[in-house]
Amino acid sequence: MSTTASRSDAGGAPPARTGRRRPSVRTVVVWTAVAVVGATAWTVLALARGETVSALWMLFAALCSYAIAYRFYARFIARRVLQVDDRRATPAERLHNGIDFDVTDRRVLFGHHFAAIAGAGPLVGPVLAAQMGYLPGTTWIIVGVIFAGAVQDMTVLFFSMRRNGKSLGQMVREEIGIVGGIAALIAVFAIMIIILAVLALIVVNALAESPWGVFSIALTIPIALFMGVYLRVLRPGRVLEATAIGVVLLLLAVVGGGWIDGTGLAEALTLSKEWLVLALVLYGFVASVLPVWLLLTPRDYLSTFMKIGVIVLLAIGLLIARPVLQADAVTEFAREGTGPVFAGSLFPFVFITIACGALSGFHALISSGTTPKMVAKESQVRLIGYGGMLMESFVAISALIAAVVIDQGLYFAMNAPAGATGGTPETAAAYVSGLGFPTTAQDLAAASAAVQEPSLVSRTGGAPTLAVGIANILSDAFGAGMAAFWYHFAIMFEALFILTAVDAGTRVGRFMLQDTIGNVWRRFGDLSWRPGNIMASAAVVGLWGYILYVGVTDPLGGVNQLFPLFGIANQLLAAIALTLVTVLLIKHGKVKYAWVTAVPLAWDLTTTMTASFQKVFSSDPAVGYFAQRARYAEAQDAGELLAPAQTPEQMDRIVYNSTLNGILQAAFALLVVVVVVNAVVVIARALQARGPVPTTEERAVPSDIVEPSGLFATAEEKRAMAEHERLVGAGARSHGTFTEEGPPR
Amino acid sequence: MTGRITTDVRTAAARAWRGVRWYLREFSGEARWDEYLRHCAEHGHEPMSRREFERHRADAQERNPGARCC
Repeated sequence: MSTTASRSDAGGAPPARTGRRRPSVRTVVVWTAVAVVGATAWTVLALARGETVSALWMLFAALCSYAIAYRFYARFIARRVLQVDDRRATPAERLHNGIDFDVTDRRVLFGHHFAAIAGAGPLVGPVLAAQMGYLPGTTWIIVGVIFAGAVQDMTVLFFSMRRNGKSLGQMVREEIGIVGGIAALIAVFAIMIIILAVLALIVVNALAESPWGVFSIALTIPIALFMGVYLRVLRPGRVLEATAIGVVLLLLAVVGGGWIDGTGLAEALTLSKEWLVLALVLYGFVASVLPVWLLLTPRDYLSTFMKIGVIVLLAIGLLIARPVLQADAVTEFAREGTGPVFAGSLFPFVFITIACGALSGFHALISSGTTPKMVAKESQVRLIGYGGMLMESFVAISALIAAVVIDQGLYFAMNAPAGATGGTPETAAAYVSGLGFPTTAQDLAAASAAVQEPSLVSRTGGAPTLAVGIANILSDAFGAGMAAFWYHFAIMFEALFILTAVDAGTRVGRFMLQDTIGNVWRRFGDLSWRPGNIMASAAVVGLWGYILYVGVTDPLGGVNQLFPLFGIANQLLAAIALTLVTVLLIKHGKVKYAWVTAVPLAWDLTTTMTASFQKVFSSDPAVGYFAQRARYAEAQDAGELLAPAQTPEQMDRIVYNSTLNGILQAAFALLVVVVVVNAVVVIARALQARGPVPTTEERAVPSDIVEPSGLFATAEEKRAMAEHERLVGAGARSHGTFTEEGPPR
Repeated sequence: MTGRITTDVRTAAARAWRGVRWYLREFSGEARWDEYLRHCAEHGHEPMSRREFERHRADAQERNPGARCC
């Protein structure tokens, strides 16, 4: 049915939107000011060449752009494109069961949704993309989130909500077709594996040869276990108490890591990458089969509160320290595509390196499924979907700032693979100075001494760079002498939520596998069947663990090789999600608004398909996986060794890895092409019908809840709520979310 | 005059504190127990123990862990 089919009158519904009201003078003045500040900030960033530019301009450009986008564009999408209708009951209200379907206060749900979408992605991608200068990253993060990322999150959330919270895969199957559905299912699973492997790779790179880091991260496991037991046995349900204890213990673990230096423990905890892979794989397996209350849930509480705490701390630190940008606006790597961090030129590689923070397909999995079952009012998808993604974008901008305010010689020494830097401060200084970023071995050694790490050379993956940036900003802001603490604090916090993502992701992957195989082997689909759990967990952990191992042992540098695969995979998932919402807009008869999702889709397909094409077919061995394979295979046949390989085994490994990466790359792109082609057929049919065609949207049922749409209630909404309260009385409160102790609205 | 301002500040602080406390309790799920007790009182059910209640909640999470993004 079409969205406009049912317009039943529910009692106490908020006033209908009638006509256009003339904006007040105050509104006009405020929004003009926001626009002027934003435009000034953009101008400074774009035109500065060689002057000192404060990083705060990046912050202002972002915040003003977000404000305007949220106020005007997101509102347009909600009202005109999606036509949210607060007279319709949401699934949370209709199917309320107190478990997954649950009417949740919009501000609380905003927090949950944000905690679920934001992780290490927005922190890492921008750091790597900083090799092209601050301008490409800043522009893509801000423009991308406004026109693509936030639009995807909000529209997927809306359409899933209109379908009782169906998952992305289910919607593709029912609305596009069985072929597209199967392709989407495989793509989602495969992409999840890649994402888990790359996230784990970042942790491995951050912790290798760093006893302090290993010490504090290892302690998060007993801390989480203790919290789990506390919440289960000692004082059931006292989450805030347990979390407070956990956070204090966590800080002690970070401080304590500094004391083990020079003891036997430090030696025992100086682990190679291979050992860390083994430890992570074992951990991932155990975490996936243990009950969630013991490890996953408490770890999730810890990482969520730490995440929000660090973001707030960093924002305050930036305002106090007001650092100056060290990177150029645009470096030569953006034009030449010869950057050491990852190969390839600005187009398309900035757009796939920065996925989370600008456009992240993975969010579509969270915007369909969990969150849509908890939304109280339809109009709140703007705050939760669009607003939540803007917040993640803000995190990405903060991470980019942290990477571009550190000395750029240090930046390149940390992020170029070991094969290029040679691994020692002397060779690294020579290499980086040769790139045009003068630095000395003494400077590099001093930088690592300041954060009490054995070495910072080739600590790739983004996390250590971000930690150095955060340590610089926070020690500038809150007093010197704490740099080592802040560095390890930042490492701990990144590793903490990467591990949470790995725990949860492994479990979700396991459920997907059990669900899919359960179609042919009934028993396997039973989630309480222990052998099934163990087999499925082992399969999922084995898959990402294998790719992690491939990345860790890659002589060309795992991050350099795998991160593009990760970014492209995530953006391809976004292509599937945007294809779905575009099909749905057309099926609902809203062809004239289909550009809202079709334009970002076209852009996303252009960048990802170009990137995929280059990664598969480019004749430049630094970019194309198969060209790389051919080059090393030829040398191998001739009995030569090609740098950075030093042994024939490493030559074998490069040849093998390049082949594997190339095949994965091609397979992802093909899966997406299948979904898009299937969608084009469906769109063509819908267009022929000239008008709305049947979809799986649920029938409209009048709503009994009156709630504000935005973060703050307007005077009009307050009146509507008071009126509703008077009419319905206390009965309205029995939904159980809005308590008398609630804060003033 | 000053007395009035102090009272205003105090009321505002108390309101802010109540708001933060409300948010944290809702966000962490602690408030679920209060809702449950109120629900039982309204419908005249005998509530289960807190321990039992939290176990039910944990079981529900076991089935639906929720993905965490990158």
